[in-house]
Amino acid sequence: MSKKPVKKEVPTTGHSWDGIEEYDNPMPRWWLWTFYACIVFAIGYSIAYPAWPMINRATPGLLGYSTRQDGEAALIAAAQANDVINTKLAETELADISKDPELVTYATNAGAAVFRTWCAQCHGSGAAGVQANGYPNLLDDDWLWGGAIDDIHTTISHGIRNTMDDDARYSEMPAFGDILEQEQIAQVTNFVMSLSGDADSPDMIADGAIVFEENCAACHAEDGTGDRAQGAPNLTDAVWLYGDGYDHIFAQISKARNGVMPNWNTRLSEPEIRAVSIYVHSLGGGE
Amino acid sequence: MGNYVKVLVFGVITLGAMIAANFARDLAYQVNALVIMAAAFGMFIYTLRNTDEPVPAHKLEAEYMDGVIRYGVIATVIWGLVGFAAGTFIAFQLAFPNLNFDWLNGVGNFGRLRPLHTSAVIFAFGGNALIATSFYVVQRTSAARLWGGNLAWFVFWGYQLFIVLAATGYMFGATQSKEYAEPEWLADWLLTVVWLAYLAVFLGTVIRRNQPHIYVANWFYMGFIVTVAMLHVFNNLSVPVSLFGSKSVQVFSGVQDAMTQWWYGHNAVGFFLTAGFLGMMYYFIPKQAERPVFSYKLSIIHFWALIFIYIWAGPHHLHYTALPDWAATLGMVFSIVLWMPSWGGMINGLMTLSGAWDKLRTDPILRMLVISVGFYGMSTFEGPMMSIRIVNSLSHYTDWTIGHVHSGALGWNGMITFGALYFLVPRLWNRQALYSLNAVSWHFWLATIGIVLYAASMWVSGIMEGLMWREVDANGFLVNSFADTVSAKFPMYVVRGLGGVLYLAGALIMTWNLYMTVKRVPMAARVTATAQPAE
Repeated sequence: MSKKPVKKEVPTTGHSWDGIEEYDNPMPRWWLWTFYACIVFAIGYSIAYPAWPMINRATPGLLGYSTRQDGEAALIAAAQANDVINTKLAETELADISKDPELVTYATNAGAAVFRTWCAQCHGSGAAGVQANGYPNLLDDDWLWGGAIDDIHTTISHGIRNTMDDDARYSEMPAFGDILEQEQIAQVTNFVMSLSGDADSPDMIADGAIVFEENCAACHAEDGTGDRAQGAPNLTDAVWLYGDGYDHIFAQISKARNGVMPNWNTRLSEPEIRAVSIYVHSLGGGE
Repeated sequence: MGNYVKVLVFGVITLGAMIAANFARDLAYQVNALVIMAAAFGMFIYTLRNTDEPVPAHKLEAEYMDGVIRYGVIATVIWGLVGFAAGTFIAFQLAFPNLNFDWLNGVGNFGRLRPLHTSAVIFAFGGNALIATSFYVVQRTSAARLWGGNLAWFVFWGYQLFIVLAATGYMFGATQSKEYAEPEWLADWLLTVVWLAYLAVFLGTVIRRNQPHIYVANWFYMGFIVTVAMLHVFNNLSVPVSLFGSKSVQVFSGVQDAMTQWWYGHNAVGFFLTAGFLGMMYYFIPKQAERPVFSYKLSIIHFWALIFIYIWAGPHHLHYTALPDWAATLGMVFSIVLWMPSWGGMINGLMTLSGAWDKLRTDPILRMLVISVGFYGMSTFEGPMMSIRIVNSLSHYTDWTIGHVHSGALGWNGMITFGALYFLVPRLWNRQALYSLNAVSWHFWLATIGIVLYAASMWVSGIMEGLMWREVDANGFLVNSFADTVSAKFPMYVVRGLGGVLYLAGALIMTWNLYMTVKRVPMAARVTATAQPAE
């Protein structure tokens, strides 16, 4: 082992606290100079950027830096970059957009981004919705209010059952728990189940059919296939908005939940709404 | 005579709390009132039983007051375990949301447990460690008994009461929604009184010291106590809605409130977790290494620089918000200037070992103290770097921040506290040595690997999510939905949770080791802890 030659012994300051002494070493030079360098940087930076508060306002800095202005400029630049194609998207007839490959590519791309930002919270980032919680799956071909591009565009623009837009799609299923007897609800529940599968108590189906005809057929149609004009779901396709099985269906008939979707025409621009309409239409179920 | 007054006061408090519990407007307040009632009633009985009992005729003034420190050490260990366990549990709640059990909802879901975890580790574990070590250090380095008689006991028990009020408040829904300042007005008022008593005890002891100079550790402890008092009062200026409810309304609003909050929040880190713990470092490292402190000059310069500069750095928590650009700039440049003053403590800690580095091979306690200084150096470099606007635009709101906080909290605050506990327990209970140095080694490695897993996974996860959030395609559209970034973090969340398990396991080993030290290790030759000035 090689030992460095011992440097001249540094004296302590001469005090001792509970046996602790302190050397009288100078501050390490690299430490001191880095400290100075940081101070110089700080002064320079605070001259270049908005920094020192004065009586009426702060010093603006030599570089004219402003987070708000920079953010605004970035937004304007982004809008300008897509200005031409956005104008084209807004002016083309909805049904004709699919004939223009450039528009389709752009709209699908932009629509997917709009969807991820605004729609995924309820409908899921994969657009599969949340079954049993009333957030419809947008990947299948089962549509409550219509799956043509115009229908989708209207739904997104005005929303469903919101109080903000007079043109929102509107319908309301009554709470049949206040209208029918429990027995009758049980019967009609079994009938509805039989439309797409097996009923819980097959012997109730016949009575249920009568209850259905008198109370439900007006909206859900005689054969239970529903009515898109009123947003009345098709009951024969085994796709359930508020869950399948006896208990869920019984609960929905007794005290219906009526889902709400916001109107997006006040938050998104027309090109954005069109883009996301085309994106949703392209997901597999578009008509 | 004094006891009659005390009995009366405790009786009145018990009755008042009973009435308050009856008129309570919310559950959290009711629970708090019942806790206060129970505590006051306990004190009532205790005082009553001791009234007119003969007082043992000790010459107390000649001895150090160590009983309250022993209690502080025990409280530190227990609250540490609570805080680490809560942290590990909520880490897994993030990875596996099903752990937010239905039956825990409204008490033990993530939102309720998160402030419980942060307050338990910072204020309960860290706070008790600071109070206990400061009482130990100030007596030894001033060669004087704690000033104020039983005031130190009031500080200890008052502080525990504050912790219980805050914790039950969080669980039952009382919060100001200010990070690290969540407790509502009732707990805040109590803490203000306790803290002023703490300041009095500490200053009183320093003033009657039998030493010509004040040791550097005590400067840091004083800086910590004084500044925390100021921070606490200003950030908690609020008006209670009702004397019988926990809710209060903040005096500041909007961006002023945000600025006050982060002025407080950052200096909770700066003065609670940095200055206070530097006080610990300045005592326990030279004691354990048995070497003089490296440089007196450095300690005095970096102390004043740290104290002066830290207080301005808060705005860097509010980059790219409603806070004006000029304030954000000042926050950033002060943070950068803060880098070297922070490192001054690290240099003084590490260089104190020069000539004693070989002890690291044989002394796991010293190893623990030294690695804590290493983590301190790392975090105090990372912090200024993250305060730079452009870095912050990537790191802010991501897990990087969480990783940064934990490399400081687990690495620096945790490890130096463990080192101090290993140092203190044999001395406070008058034992020959620790029960097992091997167990200290195990604790050291478990904790170190746990921190590495934690910090590394949070760097990866934080930088990844920062990049995913800002990723845009050729047309300028966002590529990822928020949910995509959440699901991408899953593996890192599991690794982070495992890091927490290791850290908790290390703390459990420490608890066992300290318990066995008191239980099994034979007494050291009786050295009376007398307050004698060193020559």
